[in-house]
Amino acid sequence: MLYCQAARRVRPVSSLGVAYKGVRCMPRGSFRGGIHPPENKSSTSGLPIVAAQQPSKVVVLLNMGTSGALSSMVARGDSVLRGQKIADPVGRMGVPSYSPVSGKVTAIGAARTGLGTLDQAITIEPDGQDTLDESCVPVENVDKLSQAEIVSIIREAGIVGMGGAQFPTHVKLTLPQDARVDTLLINGAECEPYLTADHRLMVERPRDVVRGTQILMKAIGVDRAVIGVEDNKPDAVEALRRAIAEATAGGAVEVAAVRTHYPQGSEKHLIKSVLGREVPPGRLPFHVGVVVNNVGTAVAVADRFDRGLPLIERVVTVTGSGVAKPSNIMMKIGTPAIELIEQCGGFAGDPGKIIFGGPMMGAAVPAADVPTTKGTSGILVLDRAESRSVEPMPCIRCGRCVESCPMRLEPALLHQWCEAKLWNEAEAYHALDCIECGVCSYECPSRRNLVQAIKYAKAEIGARRRAARERGDK
Amino acid sequence: MADSKLIVTPAPHLRGNIDTPTLMRDVVIALLPACVAGVYFFGVPALISLVSGVVGCVGAELVFEKLSKKPVTIGDWSAVVTGLLVAMVLPPHVPAWIVVLSGVFAIGIVKLLFGGLGYNVFNPALAGRAFATAAWSALATTGYVWPASIEGAAWARGIDAVTSATPLTMLKMGEIGGTSMSRFYMPLFLGNVAGSLGETSALALLIGAVYLLWRTHISLRIPMSYIITVAVVTALYGQDPLFHVLSGGLILGAFFMATDYVTSPINAKGQIIFGIGCGILTSLIRLFGGYPEGVAYSILIMNAAVPMIDRFARPKRFGEVKARA
Repeated sequence: MLYCQAARRVRPVSSLGVAYKGVRCMPRGSFRGGIHPPENKSSTSGLPIVAAQQPSKVVVLLNMGTSGALSSMVARGDSVLRGQKIADPVGRMGVPSYSPVSGKVTAIGAARTGLGTLDQAITIEPDGQDTLDESCVPVENVDKLSQAEIVSIIREAGIVGMGGAQFPTHVKLTLPQDARVDTLLINGAECEPYLTADHRLMVERPRDVVRGTQILMKAIGVDRAVIGVEDNKPDAVEALRRAIAEATAGGAVEVAAVRTHYPQGSEKHLIKSVLGREVPPGRLPFHVGVVVNNVGTAVAVADRFDRGLPLIERVVTVTGSGVAKPSNIMMKIGTPAIELIEQCGGFAGDPGKIIFGGPMMGAAVPAADVPTTKGTSGILVLDRAESRSVEPMPCIRCGRCVESCPMRLEPALLHQWCEAKLWNEAEAYHALDCIECGVCSYECPSRRNLVQAIKYAKAEIGARRRAARERGDK
Repeated sequence: MADSKLIVTPAPHLRGNIDTPTLMRDVVIALLPACVAGVYFFGVPALISLVSGVVGCVGAELVFEKLSKKPVTIGDWSAVVTGLLVAMVLPPHVPAWIVVLSGVFAIGIVKLLFGGLGYNVFNPALAGRAFATAAWSALATTGYVWPASIEGAAWARGIDAVTSATPLTMLKMGEIGGTSMSRFYMPLFLGNVAGSLGETSALALLIGAVYLLWRTHISLRIPMSYIITVAVVTALYGQDPLFHVLSGGLILGAFFMATDYVTSPINAKGQIIFGIGCGILTSLIRLFGGYPEGVAYSILIMNAAVPMIDRFARPKRFGEVKARA
């Protein structure tokens, strides 16, 4: 509570201070609940981003999750260039996809994904030339563009949220008429253990982060932006502040160092930490005047406007006890995970689990050769010993999950309702508020799969609501 | 390729380092100072009692689970906790077989019949004590003795020839009371008074409580709301609040029994309500009831109210408070 009071007002950059060499930054934004798991970032946090080796193939998925399905614009045997549009979205939520390499389309058909499903995909064999398509030209005179034009360029560039959820960015930027937004918040918290992709971007490409931020500010028409960074990355805070000082144009961009505390990177919690505002249940950030985007997304926007590149590359942290030489790699999206692991010296020992994303919210993939996506921020390989899971014991009602839930829910009770299939109870206990951060399962001394049960309950409640709506329609 | 051997499980892929056996073992560690104090003040019979409690509880869990062909769960240390507590809440000079049977009742009836760890409604050790005092009322209540120390002996001698009365019994009988209660503070704090095996030494209990607080296994919400309520109510009734806090089983009950995870509310608001409820009931029994002490029954009664408290005392979720803007 004290933290919230202190962080309610965002201080000007000069008085914000930096958490540097033991000097603590004030105000130090935080929220109630949450945990501080071992960070495990040191093996890659100091390593510069390296370019990926040429992959033997890239697999561009035609099902984008939140943003829906795509239809292919190329056929088997076609030659494509790097940055050439190869698939267009079917629905309004979707964004197009581009070829990350120049080469030949070798297959269009079902491919195994990281989620274990079979989805339609375009497979391209690179020719090793990386010849850029002529459509990839920078945007000139950004200042003269309207908000709608900027948003449409971002959509056309295939940009989605790079933090992992892959929520289409143009949808976030398209605000309802009556929305009053005053702040753009750039999420540089990177609270997941192990991951250092965003950290390296902020250290190595702070100018692009700031540039992307300024374009995003124009897109939603605000004159204030804050980049929220966990205070375990003082070098990133420093680099960003220097870049802001050097930047000539654009509105006021500030950097806020916030407490290193999981799940600081949840957008609701970062808003709370930096601006002291709480997004009401069932509402979105714009209801409290904020739009949140990831630092990786900001860099993708800068790449499109300044370098003409659509979203075909991203930084991925390949790390964990099961990788010989952990690294941060600028990879071509769609590269099979195994090829990136091989670039990092291959497996160290017997791999038990390969996780796309971080250990708290990432998904364990069923095979090492599944393709990476726009949201793959990390490839975490755990060795067999670390991957062992334990049998859950009965709930002893210790309340650790309740104590640590950053949404202040009661996971133990939600799990109970889920086991008994009492979906109305689960809804009454606010299952839909769950952000699926996994803190409850992490804390549970009985090793119960709490967040999994709540996800299940959410899906059930959603299905029942849809069914009820359909009945109502008839 | 290692494909076929990859493990796929739901997130999170990291787990904290505290598990249930660790928690229970820490509670055992936290109870040890009070056990040692009990043996120091009451001698070998206290040690026999403690061993009997553990044997009764762990043995009952082992035998009942074998008989019902269920997985044996004695490795989670929870039966050891119950065993120690059963002995600690009974008088130190109770025959060993009563302690064993109380333990068997606590585990067999109160815990396992309700579904085992996590499913019992009532605190097993306190239910075991209630069982013993009901079944062998004479035996279980005459086992109180004064420690063979100078202060204790002098205190007892100065009052009555009957040496088995606890300070709270004396208060109830009107043998002590009035304004000069402060001379009892130190013996009550150290523990050289008559009482249940593990309840007399506030000092030893607090050392264990500090350990549990430091390990973040318990919070101060239940103990403090409980103890403060007793202090306030007894003070309002014109009695010495500090005497009431230090005597009887209040410290043991507030820190080790009312905080029992399974039988107390799951969220902060509920825990405070629970503590206040225990405090009011304890005070009412001590001041107006037929018994001199009311900690055990207060907690058992409040245990029954836990499902209701959990249902109505709900935390404010994220974003709910700030709806005013």
